[in-house]
Amino acid sequence: MADASAPASTEVLRLAGVRKSFGVGTPREVEVLHGVDLVLQRGEFCALIGPSGSGKSTMLNLIGLLDRPTAGTLFIEGQDTRTLDDAALTRLRGRNIGFVFQHHHLIGAFTAAENVMMPLLLDRRRPDAAMRRIAEGLLDRVGLLPWKDSRVGNLSGGQQQRVAIARALAMYPPLVLADEPTGNLDTKSADGVFDLLREMNQTSRTTFLIVTHDPRLAQRCDRIIEVVDGRIVADGAVPAPRRIAAS
Amino acid sequence: MRNWLPFEWIAAIRFLRDGWMQTIFILAGVSMGVAVIVFMSALLTGIQANFLNRVLSAQAHLVLLPPDEVARPLRAMDGVIQDAVVQRPSQRIRSIDQWQTVLRQMQAMPEVAVATPVAAGGALAVRGEASRSITLTGVEPEGYFRIVKLPETIVAGQPRLTSEDIVIGTDLAVELGVGVGDKLRVTTATGRDATLTVTGLFDLGNRGVNERSTFVALRTAQSLLGLTGGVTSLQVSLHDPYAAEIMAQLAHGMAGIRADSWIRTNIQFFTAVNAQQTSNTVIRLSVGLSVALGIASVLVVSVVQRSREIGILRAMGARRGQILRVFLIQGGVLGLLGSIIGSAAGVGALVAWHASVRQADGSALFPLMIQPQLFVVTAVVASLTGVLAAMAPALRAARLDPVVAIRG
Ligand SMILES: Nc1ncnc2c1ncn2[C@@H]1O[C@H](COP(=O)(O)OP(=O)(O)O)[C@@H](O)[C@H]1O
Ligand SMILES: [Mg+2]
Repeated sequence: MADASAPASTEVLRLAGVRKSFGVGTPREVEVLHGVDLVLQRGEFCALIGPSGSGKSTMLNLIGLLDRPTAGTLFIEGQDTRTLDDAALTRLRGRNIGFVFQHHHLIGAFTAAENVMMPLLLDRRRPDAAMRRIAEGLLDRVGLLPWKDSRVGNLSGGQQQRVAIARALAMYPPLVLADEPTGNLDTKSADGVFDLLREMNQTSRTTFLIVTHDPRLAQRCDRIIEVVDGRIVADGAVPAPRRIAAS
Repeated sequence: MRNWLPFEWIAAIRFLRDGWMQTIFILAGVSMGVAVIVFMSALLTGIQANFLNRVLSAQAHLVLLPPDEVARPLRAMDGVIQDAVVQRPSQRIRSIDQWQTVLRQMQAMPEVAVATPVAAGGALAVRGEASRSITLTGVEPEGYFRIVKLPETIVAGQPRLTSEDIVIGTDLAVELGVGVGDKLRVTTATGRDATLTVTGLFDLGNRGVNERSTFVALRTAQSLLGLTGGVTSLQVSLHDPYAAEIMAQLAHGMAGIRADSWIRTNIQFFTAVNAQQTSNTVIRLSVGLSVALGIASVLVVSVVQRSREIGILRAMGARRGQILRVFLIQGGVLGLLGSIIGSAAGVGALVAWHASVRQADGSALFPLMIQPQLFVVTAVVASLTGVLAAMAPALRAARLDPVVAIRG
């Protein structure tokens, strides 16, 4: 392979001894993550699997800087996030992390193109022509350019999830987090959305961390991380032949 | 999306448009409140201004008079009151001491616009068999007519006042059967009399006044009333009519002067205005409060409805301040739009009302007074009210925990 001789690919994310408790200081205090260590490299395409309630969403929220760990450290692009205030976390999140949720979560008052533009608009405050071009380019890549001016409420579930993927990529973030992105879709749409994520990963070298319940889809990733009861119990590369067999 | 608008404005306007039912209902509510306030304020201003205008064109702001003659109880040597029944002496016609000096002092004050002497007293107007008791007012026309706009009320002849002239009201003219150019004999209690020529007839819009009031030259009145060289009052108009009370106290400080301000003589009007203004303020405050509560409740609902979207926006990099402003702007826009629609509705109602309500003779009840500053103030106050009302919902939106919002 061409990059076998290249230096080790750079680190996008590092979790060291990350713990998360809910209800701290109350009688109902409960620790959900018990010391998680994890490193993701640039361009990795990872599945995060595990039984329901094992802490996958909690982990994604911490990585996405939507929540803070109770203990441990979390680095995004080499930056320690422990000392950052809310405004700095928001900026870091907006520029480095894209989100895709199970329920598409588009903003209904805006069109498809405007939804894709939203992260750029929030970052640069006022809309401009460059933003529009980026949004339309991304919509084109997810095959929805003809729907760019449609209200998102008028799109199908699969189409909405494609818009959400385009939106997650608007800032060209190094890391995209997807929490059960195909959980709500029929098999055919789910395959389409998954293929799209894969394609985005390969063309833009964006790191993906995808929570999924679907073993078939997990097998199509490069790496599978398994969480049980708030601990990583397995973490390994998917052998290439299995990957091919799955697809 | 307009290119020049920042995110907060774009999102605020989109959210308002997206929830158009709520927006229309609350706009209707805000507009109605504003319309009531505009209508009421303009009406009150019009009525007050009309009254003041009428009063101030027929009356001096300040009238300086000789002091009352005070009766003192009769006391014996040991201080015991012997005759407790004290009678006020009858007020005979008296002149102001040193009135020329007082007049000059008044005229020298920067607050004073015009100060002019008047000699007035009762008299009898006789024409053939008919006679009527009248009030004889002797004036210096150049000064007096700048205070009381008598020339504007002349309906026949002219307001000329040489020593042989008299200007009378239309009703007196009818009762005595005289017209312009006719002679009239005027006699007074002092036994003096004079034959004067009627040079003008006025109509001051009040039958009693038109029957009793007459105007002659100052000197003529002085000689008829036996006031040689004296005057009974000094009439003063001020640059600021509302300074009248203070000026009255000032004038009172000058020895031997009693001063009546127009505010004092129209005290009932001012009491009524104050009561009206108090109730007006109470109404404004309650309308403003209910408008604010309406806006706040609509936005609270909107925040709850959009909490998921707010969480997503936060995940995509929206700062707390941006979310806060999205909702503050919605409040402000609702207030502003409501005030524009409401002002238009209020003015429309006022114009319609003004056109339909007429006096017996078909003339308007009062002049329509629509001051532009009322709308500017209304718009600013309504927008601020909207922003303030949006504060609680906006803070709630800004403080939403994105994790909870997205999961919820
Ligand atoms: N805000 C919270 N307060 C209390 N417990 C929570 C909270 N969020 C998640 N949990 C608990 O943490 C555990 C892990 O939840 P989650 O991360 O959603 O699991 P998964 O996504 O793997 O299904 C669950 O037992 C859940 O009940
Ligand atoms: Mg989950």
